Amino acid sequence: MEALFGNVINIQWQQVVMWAIGALLIYLAIKKQMEPSLLLPIGFGTILVNLPLSGAVTQVYETGTEEGILDVLFNAGIANEMFPLLLFIGIGAMIDFTPLLSNPKLMIFGAAAQFGIFFTLCLATALGFEIKDAASIAIIGAADGPTSIFVANFFQSNYLGAIIVVAYSYMALVPIIQPPVIRLVTTKKERRIRMKYAEKNVSKTTKILFPIFITAVAGIFAPRSVALVGFLMFGNLIRECGVLDGLSETAQKVLANLITLLLGLTVATRMQAATFLNVQTLMILGLGLVAFIFDTVGGVLIAKLYNLFAKEKINPMIGAAGISAFPMSARVINKMGLEEDNQNFLLMHAVGVNVSGQIASVIAGGMILALFA
Amino acid sequence: MIDNLSYVIGNALLGWLGVFIVTIILILLVYLFNYLFSNKS
Repeated sequence: MEALFGNVINIQWQQVVMWAIGALLIYLAIKKQMEPSLLLPIGFGTILVNLPLSGAVTQVYETGTEEGILDVLFNAGIANEMFPLLLFIGIGAMIDFTPLLSNPKLMIFGAAAQFGIFFTLCLATALGFEIKDAASIAIIGAADGPTSIFVANFFQSNYLGAIIVVAYSYMALVPIIQPPVIRLVTTKKERRIRMKYAEKNVSKTTKILFPIFITAVAGIFAPRSVALVGFLMFGNLIRECGVLDGLSETAQKVLANLITLLLGLTVATRMQAATFLNVQTLMILGLGLVAFIFDTVGGVLIAKLYNLFAKEKINPMIGAAGISAFPMSARVINKMGLEEDNQNFLLMHAVGVNVSGQIASVIAGGMILALFA
Repeated sequence: MIDNLSYVIGNALLGWLGVFIVTIILILLVYLFNYLFSNKS
């Protein structure tokens, strides 16, 4: 009987709390459809790794060490950065840069909306986090899962699990976080500014050269970002080259799904009670929100600054789409524009800024690595 | 602590500036590509 029920006495209250957190993540994924492809595996994995003496993670017994499959996957796919990078090939293959290439100046708002990352970095340091942990927490503001995983893992942050859960949760909460912040820093008149959209032809040569040159330029300024930018742009290159449709489709669907499937479960190895249940996790929750808020503020304020000098005014709300969180943020901006004026269609402009935010967030990740590694 | 913070603030500003510099180079490149290759595909 002891062999059957002996493990029951090993249950600790902290593990029970983690089961509840796992259950909450599963609930949010299924019922609220919040980033279900990530939060559901992370939620399930959280329960898996917090069962007493769980065989899914490595356990040390008197007789020796038994390696758990999730730790094997972590070492094979996340510790060496492979999973986030492979996922980036799929994401790159999904992104159409045409709205951005037809109106390149929109890219500046992608850069502007990375402000939250750098603000949060300073705030986290002021709150007492070590620089490498502060940098890992700040990158939540990239609003881009693979970049957060890549940077936090690069710095060997103790808070990897919390950072990833917070990053994906806030990405799903963009429709709730951004609108009040945008309303706070814009006037009704500004929100009603209409923008014309004239689709310009972008040549295939431009679409092919763009990912190659981004990789080269980013690589020269922030060499540590080459893998991150390069894999994203490689995915985009196979999409745009026109001769690798099969590979492009595989990257977008099979590869991205397969990696996402393993990524969520594997990340859960960092969701063990001992490392997750602490005050720092609550602080990361707050700092992540600060990062998202100041990303939004940065994008909108630079758009307002642009309007001071531009002949043709832009709707400053589109600056907020530079946060990345593609394509959710662009949809939020379009919806807000239509709420103010039912003929104010901002979607294509917002999508342009949104994909530029995707690029800028990766470059910001590279800058963080270059400056703090 | 204050030294640490000023180091981080300095580097954070540098990082944000770096993102802008790379972005501006990319904007100029895209304008150049659009000028060179428009209507040629």
